[in-house]
Amino acid sequence: MLKTRIIPCLDVADGRVVKGVNFTDLIDAGDPVEAAKAYDAAGADELCFLDIHATHENRGTMFDLVTRTAEQCFMPLTVGGGVRSHEDVRNLLLAGADKVSFNSAAVNDPDVIASAADRFGSQCIVCAIDAKSVAPDRWEIFTHGGRKATGIDAVEFARTVVAKGAGEILLTSMDRDGTRAGFNLPLTRAISDAVDVPVIASGGVGTLDHLVDGVTKGGASAVLAASIFHFGDFTIAQAKAHMAAEGIPMRLI
Amino acid sequence: MSLTVLVDYDSGNLHSAQKAFERMAQEGDLGTITVTSDPDLVAKADRIVLPGDGAYPSCRAALDDFTGLFDAISQKVKSGTPFMGICIGMQMLATRGLEFTETAGFGWVPGEVVRIEPADATLKVPHMGWNDLVVDQPHPVLSGIATGDHAYFVHSYHFKVANPADLIAHVDYAGPVTAIVGRDNVIGTQFHPEKSQATGLRLIQNFLTWAP
Repeated sequence: MLKTRIIPCLDVADGRVVKGVNFTDLIDAGDPVEAAKAYDAAGADELCFLDIHATHENRGTMFDLVTRTAEQCFMPLTVGGGVRSHEDVRNLLLAGADKVSFNSAAVNDPDVIASAADRFGSQCIVCAIDAKSVAPDRWEIFTHGGRKATGIDAVEFARTVVAKGAGEILLTSMDRDGTRAGFNLPLTRAISDAVDVPVIASGGVGTLDHLVDGVTKGGASAVLAASIFHFGDFTIAQAKAHMAAEGIPMRLI
Repeated sequence: MSLTVLVDYDSGNLHSAQKAFERMAQEGDLGTITVTSDPDLVAKADRIVLPGDGAYPSCRAALDDFTGLFDAISQKVKSGTPFMGICIGMQMLATRGLEFTETAGFGWVPGEVVRIEPADATLKVPHMGWNDLVVDQPHPVLSGIATGDHAYFVHSYHFKVANPADLIAHVDYAGPVTAIVGRDNVIGTQFHPEKSQATGLRLIQNFLTWAP
């Protein structure tokens, strides 16, 4: 049986983990490769690197980081942040990423998904969707870290990018991100019902029950979290054991 | 010194596979790993690995774009050189692929590559993530790997073998999905051993010592 995935996400800026990762045995808490190795050993199902200050000038830093991670961690790695073109996807895949995530570039032009999926296959093309509630049961895409409204309906947009060839949706609720109040479940449910590709729920995890809800109530195929793992509130093993106890199929280590 | 070649034909991520094979070769003193598109080097190989990500037709076309490469692989395989296909590299072992259009495979393991259609319509396609293997028959490459061990999958099509004797392992996704095929000196994994942590590394190590 296919297992629900737990994906720790590392926010990276200029090649360093933002705010660090608080594992006791880590030599350098700010080194993404060290953190990746720790999560690999801890039994995380996938890893996600998000380049939060991606600029043209620092692309090389990210490629180097992905290369070094792939040399040491034999587990799936998704990389996002500032991905704009074919060439970005190709370079990240060659460096060792398994999946590459488009965000604002896909909002500006959903066809960028189509061309990348045609060339590299849907299996490696993720579309990140950052959405905010604008009315009951209506969510809109926001860009620029949630500051800029686009007027685009999130559910409609998810259908569009999947039709273009996105193989997975990384859904972040911008009104929950950082709040530790739990995923936006109606949003997660609406998107995961609307598309037939896996949806990763993200934004707002504060407790292990939130992870459970994302799957059982939100319909997500995977759950992504950052701070609850980075700051040592819970281990990956604790999260998996809790979800398994709630009846969710997990890969236990 | 034993030489294992990873065939590079411009289809996907070779870096991870290369590093995983290098690590296992180094740990077990199992020879050298070389990434190449050169038919002459393939002709000298003791083992051949064909990875591949992407759509079936484009992977097949990309392989054929390298003059003499497929012929070199084919000749070696016919003379008994151990061969491992990964993901699309495994699917191309089939008689044909039916992704988008009908594409001829190598025909080394009879069968067709068809879209995954789980009996439970709520299940998502691609089949993406960790699934537990059900071993259908013992194989030297599975030494130390048992039913219940997890491997990492990401694919929308799978290999329906014509002959059950060629099915080495499958997983359950509201119906069986082929995980490993094998026949004579040829083996193929639908999942990515280079992404399957300890189980995958073990399988790679087994392949590097396999003497069919």
